[in-house]
Amino acid sequence: MGSMVDAALPAPTAGAWLHGVVRDAGPATLARIGGMDGGPVRAVSAAGLVAVVSTAPLDEYGEQPLRRNLEDLAWLERAARAHHAVLEALARRGPVVPARLATVHTDDERVARSLTTRRAELVATLDRLTGRGEWGVKGYLVPGATAVGAEPVTAGGVGTAYLRRRRAQLNAREERQRLISAAADAVHGALCEAAVSGRRHPPQDRRLSGASAPMVLNGAYLVDVAALPRFTELVGSLGGRHPGLHLELTGPWPAYSFVAERPEPALTVREPG
Amino acid sequence: MTTILAPNSADDPSAYRPVALVDLLDRVLATGVVISGDITVAIADVDLVRVSLRALVASVGTLTPTEDAG
Repeated sequence: MGSMVDAALPAPTAGAWLHGVVRDAGPATLARIGGMDGGPVRAVSAAGLVAVVSTAPLDEYGEQPLRRNLEDLAWLERAARAHHAVLEALARRGPVVPARLATVHTDDERVARSLTTRRAELVATLDRLTGRGEWGVKGYLVPGATAVGAEPVTAGGVGTAYLRRRRAQLNAREERQRLISAAADAVHGALCEAAVSGRRHPPQDRRLSGASAPMVLNGAYLVDVAALPRFTELVGSLGGRHPGLHLELTGPWPAYSFVAERPEPALTVREPG
Repeated sequence: MTTILAPNSADDPSAYRPVALVDLLDRVLATGVVISGDITVAIADVDLVRVSLRALVASVGTLTPTEDAG
């Protein structure tokens, strides 16, 4: 007939945005979970594992558009929330290994291949996460809680007094920083003991968080479900023991902070200038 | 002092509390995409696309502790 067959493969038009990996997920479950663009998520099964993916049209999720879109905070928020909603729905049913944000495979076959290649590691992670949840504890400085008293009245000339006062202020400030940072370390240490494992994220910038006080602890803890009451209680008692810190507990989270094969370097991007 | 927030993934919709974006970004960015490097691969060549978020993070602001406690 007249149809011509092009020797070259057609360029793919949609990839697969990987949400996470679970041991098992039935079609009925997945049909109820909305993916990246509101459509249902799909399962890619291989090696006895299930990767949960969203279809990702490459005009939006291909490398170049993705790069652009990730710099658009509104797009990023939508993507992060959609990704998170899928993981939360999965985490409610059992252990899930969350994928990195914006992990886009060109096709399902490659997703399946990576399941096969990384099977041992994924299975070990799923085992480690079973019956556990991630909890966040943020510690904020309580304004004025460790304030130093009025500066001492000193002998000497005006200049000397100023210098002395200034030095005392600086010392007091340093001392305050030291105490607060020691308190944050102590809280983190105590929480790690009550958890399976713990890690600290960089403190959040107040311009992002809108918090009224500086953050000195941004911890994530993997906690056994059975140990949760004890952990929660501990957060409360640590709050009482360290009046200079205001502690805030969040969770449960899908175990985002406990699946990296190796810890990523701390995020230390500074604003220019 | 302690604030215990309602679980944000409670099955009870009335207990639902939207996750703060900044808490979410801590996780999906810090535990996610390679942030330190500038790994960019052609989607046609390699199966995985990793996007550098350096520009994004810089545009949002620093994520280092603010040092104005005094």
